Amino acid sequence: MVEMSGAKALIQALEREGVDVVFGMPGGANLPIYDELYSSSIRHILVRHEQSAAHMADGYARIKRKAGVCFATSGPGATNLVTGIATAYMDSSPIVAVTGQVPKAMIGKDAFQECDIVGICASITKYCFQPMSAGEVPEVVKKAFYIAESGRPGPVLIDVPKDVQQESADMVFPEIVKIRGYSPHIEPDVAQVASAIDLLLNAERPIIMAGGGVHISGAFAELQALAEMLMIPVVTTFKGKGVFPENHPLSLGPIGMHGHAEANKLVTEADVLLAVGSRFSDRSVGRFDEFGRDMKIIHIDIDPAEIGKNKQADIGIVGDVKVSLRIMLKMLANKVIRKGEGEWESNQWLKHVREVKEYYRSMIKDHAREVTAMKAIKKLRELLPADAIVTTEVGQCQMWTSLHFDVITPGTFFSSTGLGTMGFGFPASIGAKVARPDLPVVDIAGDGSFNMTENSLAVSVLENIPVIVFLLNNYSLGMVAQWQRLFYNRRMIGVDLKGMPDFVKVAEAYGAQGIRAESMDELDKAIRTALRSDVTTVIDIPIDPEENVFPFMPPGKGLKDTIIAA
Amino acid sequence: MTWRIISALVENKPGVLFRVSNMFRARGFNIESLSVGPTEEQDLSRITITINSDDHTTEQLVKQLRKIIDVVDVIKLPLDNSVYRELALIKLKAEEPTTRLEIMNLVNVFRGKVVDISKRSIMVEITGTPDKIDAFKALVEHYGIIQLARTGVCALPRGVVYE
Ligand SMILES: Cc1ncc(C[n+]2csc(CCOP(=O)(O)OP(=O)(O)O)c2C)c(N)n1
Ligand SMILES: [Mg+2]
Repeated sequence: MVEMSGAKALIQALEREGVDVVFGMPGGANLPIYDELYSSSIRHILVRHEQSAAHMADGYARIKRKAGVCFATSGPGATNLVTGIATAYMDSSPIVAVTGQVPKAMIGKDAFQECDIVGICASITKYCFQPMSAGEVPEVVKKAFYIAESGRPGPVLIDVPKDVQQESADMVFPEIVKIRGYSPHIEPDVAQVASAIDLLLNAERPIIMAGGGVHISGAFAELQALAEMLMIPVVTTFKGKGVFPENHPLSLGPIGMHGHAEANKLVTEADVLLAVGSRFSDRSVGRFDEFGRDMKIIHIDIDPAEIGKNKQADIGIVGDVKVSLRIMLKMLANKVIRKGEGEWESNQWLKHVREVKEYYRSMIKDHAREVTAMKAIKKLRELLPADAIVTTEVGQCQMWTSLHFDVITPGTFFSSTGLGTMGFGFPASIGAKVARPDLPVVDIAGDGSFNMTENSLAVSVLENIPVIVFLLNNYSLGMVAQWQRLFYNRRMIGVDLKGMPDFVKVAEAYGAQGIRAESMDELDKAIRTALRSDVTTVIDIPIDPEENVFPFMPPGKGLKDTIIAA
Repeated sequence: MTWRIISALVENKPGVLFRVSNMFRARGFNIESLSVGPTEEQDLSRITITINSDDHTTEQLVKQLRKIIDVVDVIKLPLDNSVYRELALIKLKAEEPTTRLEIMNLVNVFRGKVVDISKRSIMVEITGTPDKIDAFKALVEHYGIIQLARTGVCALPRGVVYE
């Protein structure tokens, strides 16, 4: 036992968790914590807006696959975090957000910069702590990381009243914590796994739908082994994009609102669907009543509440995806089952899969312009190393990435898929770069989204965290414009961004590198320059403001209603 | 749609009831009644929830409840093998002595109690299943209900249950 202040205990507890970086901004209510950070080895990255701090912690977490940490002061600092926390919650990303709070005695008095952040965050966090005495701090931090990182991960808030930071107590730093109402289901029911195998082996037209859970549990190798062993084609959800190499012959790519046409078609034709680490979101499966009506569904997820939430499963397996797939592989190995490449010729379903895939891939048309989103993205893929990390903003830029950027190394792609937060990609790419400084990190951006958090350029330049902003600039809120063109009779309102600002100059104003690429040649050069640079580069790529993203499953419709092209 | 009782053991600390009720609101579950109180263990409270819903919704509600970290245990109570009670206080208009007598007779039949009498009103306490309280209420409604308060259902399974 050692006596120290709550603030010191907080920083020490973070150090014990192995935290090496914190993204944040100080203020009156968290100054004691910052004062302790001064003498800590933890790196502090000063953000220009707390929303970005949460996104950076989130991007860091998704690549590091351990919790990212962000700090904010009370009141406005805390509320600025909310969008970032909600984004992490929807995508099951572990972040630990530490906010300052007004002193205990002031809580409930509408004090200066008081805000009930615990109340606000109740439905967008896995848990919220508000330690009321300094002595609680070490255990609270330990529990926060345990909750954030285990089971189905998610954000945890620690709201620390200022006097709790200041007062001293005898501290005990627990090595392990137990929470009686919380015990993640890791091990699946083996009998259920066995019946799942039976179902898969007897299927005529099996398909795997891989979701974000595969990424979270890092079950890339297991998924690939299973698909190859049984020669089952793999679609992913958008959150699951890239958990299976998208250049693999069995890969059909993402399904959903802007899924690959072949994936949307084939997933509805399957007789047995193995859904791994997916929550059957409406964006992926369309109408719940329509999806999977004529198929048997096996659903593996670590969160029991996901089994049957949106879609009733014939076999529901609660367990960690990686652990469950390993058991499955072992059982299959015992049965000595291994299908080979010969299946492509002998198996009707695989033949059909290949034909459909080839057919739809040949249907993809590009526009006449020299530089289009599709061409630009394919060029980027061509020049990026296979293991480069790619994230996106939200809108058409995101959907074009989903359609045209093939993720080769599993786990190198992520995006705000659940909340769809514009402004996520750029700060998240900075967080990802902090997690993996050795890899190039690219944010495929839209002008509207980038505009929202572009002030993180200051962070990336001053903190020396170089990333590439690949800006598909259509001078508009393109995705909204697309809906107005398609569903609102071209009554265009609130979507025109008229070329403001000049992003090359914006980049330069922040001390970053700005390059405009108006031809494929210029783009080629710009990407190469960016990859060689040790400063953040914004590549501004003007594209057609009128271009729509296809395929497109209209909202409220099912996968079979996917519109292939205009 | 059937009437069901769900019993949850939760940590007895601030904010837990908020998390639970906030989850119902956020996920659109409609609760009929909810009661909270201490249990045999000092640091645990029991929340008893009644809902009118189908199997699927009930299953979802139970799972979402279990997911809340401060919720330690959740069970669906079998109606035919549980004891469940609710308490109601009903204040009725009773200006004539005959009315009072009538009401007191009804209260006796329902094994209730008269707990307060004034010149113009009578307050009765009825304990029992929600059905019984509904039935009593229906019988006395025409006298004029001035005020009514119900506790919500509180319930336990029959027999010995060891975890
Ligand atoms: C914070 C936020 N506000 C509003 C929206 C609604 N929205 C979805 S896409 C979009 C347009 C995005 O524009 P841009 O970043 O330029 O991408 P584009 O669609 O043009 O590629 C908007 C406004 C959103 N997703 N997030
Ligand atoms: Mg745009």
